[in-house]
Amino acid sequence: MESAQNRLQAVSRLPWIWAFLAAFLVWLATIIFTQGQGSAQILSAALSFATFSVIVGIGQMYVITLGPGNVDLSIPATMTFAGAVSMKIMDTQDAMVLPGLVIALGCGAAVGTFNFGLIRALRIPPIIATLSSSFLVQSAAIAYGRGIKIKPPPMLAEFTTYRIAGVPLLAICVVGLAVLMGVVLHRTVYGRSVTAIGQNQRAAELAGISVGFIRFATYLLSAVLAGLCGYLLSGFSGGASLNMGAEYLLASIAVVVIGGTSVAGGFSNLPGLWGAALFMFLLVTMLNTFGLSAGFRLILTGVIIVGVITLAGGRKQS
Amino acid sequence: MSSLMTPRLLRNLLPAISLTVLLLAIFYLQPRAMSYLGLNLLLNLALPIAFATLAQMCMMTVNDLDLGIGAYVGFVACIGATFLRDTPALGVLMLLACVAAYAALGALIHLRNLPSIVVTLGMSFVWLGLALLVLPTPGGKAPDWIRAIMTWKTPMLPFTIYASVGVALIVHIILMRSAYGAVLRGVGGNARSVERAGWSLLRAKVTMYALAGVFGIFSGLALIGLTTSADANIALRYTLLSIAGAILGGGEFVGGRISPIGAVIGATTLTLAGSFLSFLRISPDWQIGAQGGILIIVLALRILINRAEAK
Repeated sequence: MESAQNRLQAVSRLPWIWAFLAAFLVWLATIIFTQGQGSAQILSAALSFATFSVIVGIGQMYVITLGPGNVDLSIPATMTFAGAVSMKIMDTQDAMVLPGLVIALGCGAAVGTFNFGLIRALRIPPIIATLSSSFLVQSAAIAYGRGIKIKPPPMLAEFTTYRIAGVPLLAICVVGLAVLMGVVLHRTVYGRSVTAIGQNQRAAELAGISVGFIRFATYLLSAVLAGLCGYLLSGFSGGASLNMGAEYLLASIAVVVIGGTSVAGGFSNLPGLWGAALFMFLLVTMLNTFGLSAGFRLILTGVIIVGVITLAGGRKQS
Repeated sequence: MSSLMTPRLLRNLLPAISLTVLLLAIFYLQPRAMSYLGLNLLLNLALPIAFATLAQMCMMTVNDLDLGIGAYVGFVACIGATFLRDTPALGVLMLLACVAAYAALGALIHLRNLPSIVVTLGMSFVWLGLALLVLPTPGGKAPDWIRAIMTWKTPMLPFTIYASVGVALIVHIILMRSAYGAVLRGVGGNARSVERAGWSLLRAKVTMYALAGVFGIFSGLALIGLTTSADANIALRYTLLSIAGAILGGGEFVGGRISPIGAVIGATTLTLAGSFLSFLRISPDWQIGAQGGILIIVLALRILINRAEAK
């Protein structure tokens, strides 16, 4: 019984290899084109940018694992809101870096609680709930930020862009975060409950899992990670801007799907998030290097996302 | 009284009541809005949003969601302001290809059992990329005949109102009153039983996706009829607005529960939300917030009605 379960887990973890393989091939194609020039810089940049997709991807993955219909559409708005509020309160003072972090996480927690409150009180699908709340949160961010780009404290800017021998410090931290969240997912009661609910909510309920609480914790987690991402991204990119979260709606869902997590829920895949995030960034880099126009770049990005999900979906079915 | 106002009737009337309340509030704040010109200004942009909402509603009918409709409407607008004016035959052909692409998307999603959210989100990149290829910088010019239709001075009430009512009724008859319409909605309700009854699920899904593609085209063309020029990013916010509009109008996202008339009313309500704020002298920063707020209030009212029904 135990070994059969292990084997099942080993198989379910396998899909992440494809994301890394695809990332490697795209990188290879790029450096063949540039004849080896800048190969290390490309990887370093990819690690930097992938970090942010992975942070929100972890939250989105936990949410999607809860089962069909569970997806957090409020991630971009939460990032923008947490970024704007924390940057304004820190007001470029180094002493405020830690309080600012707490505030950003608090913003996330507030949005997460509100999201779950809507799901629970209005009994509406999470997609609609997170969509409605994202309207409000985005509006609050616009009204609060007033379109002014406030610089991050120098210490935060330095931390988010610091590199050790070319490897971004932030990427190392987020690899640590991913490992931690992997342990939480596979080894704790909470993580296993998330997976159990995704596989069969009724069975999980009958097994005595408090479904409501686990779902609440998961939407909270996703929003808090979005808050963290907004805080770090503001530091990295020199301030919070009002559309900084926009691209992370697709990114957070895409890294989860390309990374090998089942969209139907119940099977998640943490290492795949990194592979997929690297792949997404390296792909854009490759298309840029080939000198394609923005239009072609967008089309190819879209086609590849649809292609990957088509192949992944097919594999799951067979 | 209580026998007349059943919870069911109340729930069906909720979208219309919300719109009426909002309209009355606007008329109270600004009586001059109660004129031909005022209504025209207020509801100007309602028609393209209503069409986008109907497209979204078609996807919801078969339990799917389209996160690429905004980019698609933008692409159609770009074709409309370039090819459709300069080489009408080629323009029409391109628009037909768009509908075919939507139908193919429906087939792909059904055959491979894919999540529509991810596929349409990926497609939004494709539409945006295509739009940028057609029109790299904002510009172009709407064909004169579209401009003429959209600025048509109809008697009594502005054209938008006649068009919205007409479209809502036509779609209502097609989807709610026809035999095949019932089958299409049944796919959202219980796909397996529809299949057992001998209907092709593939055909139903392809039909609804193609219909969504057609409404997307109407939305894009109506939009450039009003703005006269196009831009690849012109309609990106329609994606979220259309979902909100369809839900506001009584769509339930699962189970094939839809309402074409409600969807058009929902889209109109969302369009008015912005004007309402400006009459209250609240900063336009809160416009999308107000739309979210209206959505939440209406959903909350629906829950209250459902509770009353359960008693």
